[in-house]
Amino acid sequence: MEKSNDAIINTDVLETVSEWSKSGMKTAIATVIDTWGSSPRPAGSQLGVNERCEMIGSVSGGCIEGAVVKAALEVMEDNKPQILEFGVSNEDAWEVGLACGGNVKVYVEALES
Amino acid sequence: MRDEVLKKILRAQGRKIPIALITRLADGSQAIMDRKKSIDGDMTFNPQEVEEVLTCIRDDKSRSLSGGEYFVRVFNPKLRMIVVGAVHIAQALAPMAELANFEVTIVDPRGSFASDARFPGVKLMDEWPDEALIKLAPDTRTAVVTLTHDPKLDDPALEEALKTDAFYIASLGSRKTHSKRLERLREAGFNENTLKRINGPAGLDIGAISPSEIAISILAELTAVLHQKDLR
Repeated sequence: MEKSNDAIINTDVLETVSEWSKSGMKTAIATVIDTWGSSPRPAGSQLGVNERCEMIGSVSGGCIEGAVVKAALEVMEDNKPQILEFGVSNEDAWEVGLACGGNVKVYVEALES
Repeated sequence: MRDEVLKKILRAQGRKIPIALITRLADGSQAIMDRKKSIDGDMTFNPQEVEEVLTCIRDDKSRSLSGGEYFVRVFNPKLRMIVVGAVHIAQALAPMAELANFEVTIVDPRGSFASDARFPGVKLMDEWPDEALIKLAPDTRTAVVTLTHDPKLDDPALEEALKTDAFYIASLGSRKTHSKRLERLREAGFNENTLKRINGPAGLDIGAISPSEIAISILAELTAVLHQKDLR
């Protein structure tokens, strides 16, 4: 990416996903669709992922990105959107550690090329 | 998401057109709606849903529609900041505002100030501030900050900015300078309600002294205004 510095901080997630796709990579987009309690990123926050597990943007303060990338790789293969839920009442959340005590729902979809 | 949908979103962003992407969570089908309620995609919505989507766009808030069947992701034009005065403070404010996701334009007709060497990579305009403001057409996603202290440059910029929907208008200068400025604008025909839109002296009172500290105080105030947070 020529604008890698910008890309790290800026919210141009879809632009980067589009560039990845143009270069022939499989890509997926994760979007926060619901939050309860204290969660680090509001609804609408997005994370782009490519087949090399490179990320752009975020859906949390870094707590659940690992699990989301794993789902993104599955979605890239079968093209079936997934809805992931993370929260203190959820065992996965303990596993990945959503330390803020919030709950978050994430929609993961592939970019169909 | 279909590639064609992604291209449409990016095109709208390029043209600074506010849109919403509506996703039916059950099957992943998607449509794009704009502020004129025109819907691009093979989906239909009832009038209440359409109104809810419009509210999302207006409030710049992505969320699920009531009922939870659809998720609305708002894509509003990028935030912009127009800085009048390519002065020392602008050298701190411009890169900090860019980190905060603003597209920054610096306006200064004085060539020795607005040089690429002083502002690498920043968009510079050497027009007079009023002409530049008319060209840039500030909207509800634009902040205008004047930094010159010079009425010849600041006043025309403020006069044009006050005619627009800019969400944040601020002017640097001491309280004394600011009250003189307001006096001039009053004489130019602006009423008290309009003049209240100017945040002056610019920035939150956090004891800022250095250019970067003043930039922080301006960005902090602007963030509060953007999110309509009452500071008093």
